[in-house]
Order: sequence, then C-alpha cells, then structure tokens
Amino acid sequence: MSLLELRKLNKHFGGLHVTNGVNLTLEPGEIHCLIGPNGAGKSTLFRLILGEHHPGSGDILFAGENITALKSFARIHRGLSVKFQVPGVFKGLSVRQNLEIALQSRHRGAELDAEIGRLLAFLGLEAEQAQTAGNLSHGQKQWLEIGMAISLKPRLLLLDEPTAGMSPEETHMTGEMVQRLNADGMTVLAIEHDMAFVRQVARRVTVLHLGQVFAQGSIDEIVADERVAAIYLGQAHA
Amino acid sequence: MNSFLSLFRRLEGPQTVGRGPAFWGAFAIVLLAALAYPLFSDGYTVGNTVYFFVWVFIALSLCLIWGYGGSLSFGQTAFFGIAGYGYGILTINFGSAYGFTLLALVLAVMIAALFAVLLGYFMFFGRIAGVFLGIVTLAVTLMLERFMAQTAGPEWHVGAARLNGFNGMSAMPPLTIPWPGEPIVLFADVGLYYLVLGLLVLVYLGLRILMNSSFGNVIVAIRENPERAEMLGYDVRKYQLITFVIGAALAGLSGVLYTVWGQYITPSSMGMTAAALPLIWVAVGGRSDLTSTVIGTLIVLAAFQALTIYGSQYALVFMGVLLVLTVLIAPNGLVLGVMNWLGRFASRFLQRAG
Repeated sequence: MSLLELRKLNKHFGGLHVTNGVNLTLEPGEIHCLIGPNGAGKSTLFRLILGEHHPGSGDILFAGENITALKSFARIHRGLSVKFQVPGVFKGLSVRQNLEIALQSRHRGAELDAEIGRLLAFLGLEAEQAQTAGNLSHGQKQWLEIGMAISLKPRLLLLDEPTAGMSPEETHMTGEMVQRLNADGMTVLAIEHDMAFVRQVARRVTVLHLGQVFAQGSIDEIVADERVAAIYLGQAHA
Repeated sequence: MNSFLSLFRRLEGPQTVGRGPAFWGAFAIVLLAALAYPLFSDGYTVGNTVYFFVWVFIALSLCLIWGYGGSLSFGQTAFFGIAGYGYGILTINFGSAYGFTLLALVLAVMIAALFAVLLGYFMFFGRIAGVFLGIVTLAVTLMLERFMAQTAGPEWHVGAARLNGFNGMSAMPPLTIPWPGEPIVLFADVGLYYLVLGLLVLVYLGLRILMNSSFGNVIVAIRENPERAEMLGYDVRKYQLITFVIGAALAGLSGVLYTVWGQYITPSSMGMTAAALPLIWVAVGGRSDLTSTVIGTLIVLAAFQALTIYGSQYALVFMGVLLVLTVLIAPNGLVLGVMNWLGRFASRFLQRAG
C-alpha cells in the first residue's frame, strides 16, 4: 500500500487554477523531491496535504485512509509532519521550550528532559538551548524547526525548502540528516530548488508546472529532459 | 504524592517571572503583611483594599487571554457584568439562608463561563482572530451595557429582582457563611477581605501552575505561532476556547465579588470605560506575566483613586497618557521591565559575591 496518494486534486484561488488534477503516489520509505518554477503550486500542494487548504475536488489518502476532510492537527496525529518554507519556530520562547512543546505530548518528566537533550545534541544546538529562538541564525532556525518536525516521529515528513539560506556545507549536512532519518524508516517529501540537494537525496523527482504534474522520474531522467529545462527558462508556452 | 509534588514544581517555570528562595521569601513577607494588615487599619480602608483586590481577578483574566494566549479580548467586562447581575438575581430571589450566597457565587461564575463557551465557540471555531476578536468582544460588552441600560421599566424583572435600567441593581445580600448560632455575614471590611485575599492567592498560584504546565506551553506556543502549534498536532481552537472560558470565569469572579462588595451592579460596569481600564492596568503592569499584572494593577488602581479624589475626570486622561507612555517606553510593561532588571541585577550581584 502506498503511504500517500493524491487523486485528481484541484484547487482554485478565484480564477487561478493553482492545483490542476494532480495525481501523486508516495511509496513508504522513499525520498521524493518536488521541483518546479516559482508559482508552480508546490507550496499549495503541501497546504492541501496538510489540510490548511481544502481541495475543490479530489482525494488525499494517507496509509489507505481518506484524510481529505480531516483537520490539520488530526492529520498530524495520523503521522504527518512539516517544516515550513519560512522558519516557523516560536520566536519569543527559548530553544529548549520550542522542543519541549513539540515533545511534551509524547513524553513526560525525566523522559521528556532526556528526549530534549538527545534532540539538542542531534541538532547541534546544545549551546543555544537557553537562547530565545528568534535570536538564532537563519540556518539554526531551520534546524530547530526540522528538529520539532521530526520529534513527532512522523511516517511522512514534508520539507518545504529545507536548505533555503544555507551554505553548501550546511546543505550537505541537511542532506545527510534527511538520509539518516530515511534510513530509520521515515518517508520524506521535499520541495527544493537546490539541485545538489535533490541529487544527494532524492530517488524520485516530480516536476510541477502551472499546477500540473509536468514530469516524473529519477533525477538523471529529469535533468536530461529538455522540456523541463525549457520551463525553467520560461519557454514552456513557446 | 508524586503528582502533588510535581504540581509544586510547576509554581516556577519559563512562563512566570520569579523563582528561588529570594522570590518566595518576598512572597511570604508580602502575604504575611497582607494577613496582618487589617489589624492595624480601620474598616473603611480595609474595605477599600478589598475593592482593589476585586479588580485583580479581571486583570488576571486578561493577562491569561491576552498576555499568554495572544488574543486581545476587549470584552472581559461582559463576563464581569453577567456574573454580577447573575449573583444579584439569584440572591434577591432565593435569599441568603443555608449558605445560598456562596452557591450563588459559584453559579454566577458558571453562568459567565457558559456564556463564554457559547461566544468563544463561534469566535474561535469561526477562526476570528487578531483585531477582529477585540472588536467582537467589545461589541458584545457594549451591547449588554445598552441592553441593561434600557431596563428601567417595572416590566424588566427576573422574579423579585428588578433590573432597574441605568441605576442598576442593588440591595442583594452580602456573602453569608452558615454557622451554628448566627451566620457569619461578610460585609465589605475585614470578613470579606480575608475571603478575597484567600481567593486571590489561590487563583494566583493556580494560574502559575497552569501556565508552567504543558497546557501553558501550548497556550504561549499559540501566541507565538498558531500555525506551527497546529502542525505539532495541537487543536488550536480547543486550547483557545478553554483559555477564554477560564478567563471569563475569572472576570466573572471579579464581577460577583464587586457586586458583593458594594451590594450593587450597574450597566456602566460593562461600558466603554470599564472595558478599557483593565487593558491599561494589564499593559502597564506587564501582560505576559502574572506577578507583574497583579502588582501593576494594584499600583495603577491606587494611583487612579488618588487622582480621582483630587482631579476627578482628569484621572481618565492620565490613564490614557500612562498607556501611551508604556507602549513607547516599555511595550512589555513597566512592572515587568523593572522586575527583569531586578532579576539581572540580583544574578550579577550573586555572581560577584560567589
């Protein structure tokens, strides 16, 4: 059984058809990257999967269950988790408290402290744990939010541009982390522009364009596809 | 036993200023002074202090909903008024025998909370947030004020209780504790003082525990970033509603105690001025901290009363100026600013000494 299945998803914003009959299937254990030019509808697709937007038509199946009508928090309980494009940390709270809020519904007391400690070490944020999250560097905020997202031990992790604003080294480290998480059984769907990252982690790549699935395949197939190169250069209508 | 101990640990935490022996020592001294104070004062002054204490509950309710929860409610006075009128209607009809006034206190607070469940459900589950929440809650309290103000005619009554329009309802019995022999009547001096002080300490410590618990964590998380909180699996609307209802109950408690204190309640207690003043107390004190809210409210109330005696309506102008100054100088609150400064000073001092 596939882990996530999108069936003919449609979403309109006024006259704009942002998601146009999207079919997408994710197998358990894969790392799947979603690419496409700006305005292709990648983030909207994420919001549909997460329940922040509701599709005009179509179905979303998660582990065989139709979750199209579920509220966001209920989808999280089913095993979804997300890191947003703009780092969504609790800016006014300490790094430690950010992680505590993410972990507290699964762990209590001394166990909670131990889990927070483990996650701080994993993220390399031990020295910053008492700092206010708003004072972290951009990269550190990204890491903190990834930490919060994975602390839920999701079955499917959605990453919206996980390496935006990161140096090449940080990008590579993030890629390694994603691979480690995947080795532990986490399925990953990532929106990413950084092709080095995509090449590092992705087994399958889906190209979105004007709200539609434009192409799908391995990274080599996608890179070799002249039509894909053309839409990135803005020649799709030519 | 273990869970009892963990409750005590939650008295301190990231959501509340003040920790360690220095803070709790000061707390004990203030509490002892408050307990001993009626022995050295007269009935009138003690009654006046009760009046100040009564308002602290509504301030704490706003601190909870606005300061911690991030939802600016402009209409805490609606719950204040509902509970106040509720207590009046109940006790005028059923009297004060068999300790009914105490039951009426609880019932009136519950009525206010129930109203908050209804209003809050439509607001939070209708995803009304930000400034619109303020507008809706303000509209509700002003509507209640207008409604009660036009109930002057004799046809407006609930049982024996006349609503009395703008003049308000009066002559409800004070809180009465049943006692073998003669019941103890808590008039607005020493008797009521100890009851209100007890409630205040209870509510203050209870809120400290609540805000430093996992529930409090979620509340501040929603203030910081509701989307992120939802995406960690929390039903944001549910948490907001619960916070709103707890806040409404506290505002209601304020209203009942006010009604009991003066044995009257008028529509103007739900009016524009009444709705705006708690915002100023809480903003000046420091809305994101319970202790700052309590201290700030008491200081501003005392200053306001002193000004009213000498300057009448100018006191309100002063309140406005105070709010503007706070927003400009210390947006997080003047008292909170001073307390944080004291905390830093103390820790630096201890470092140097150690």
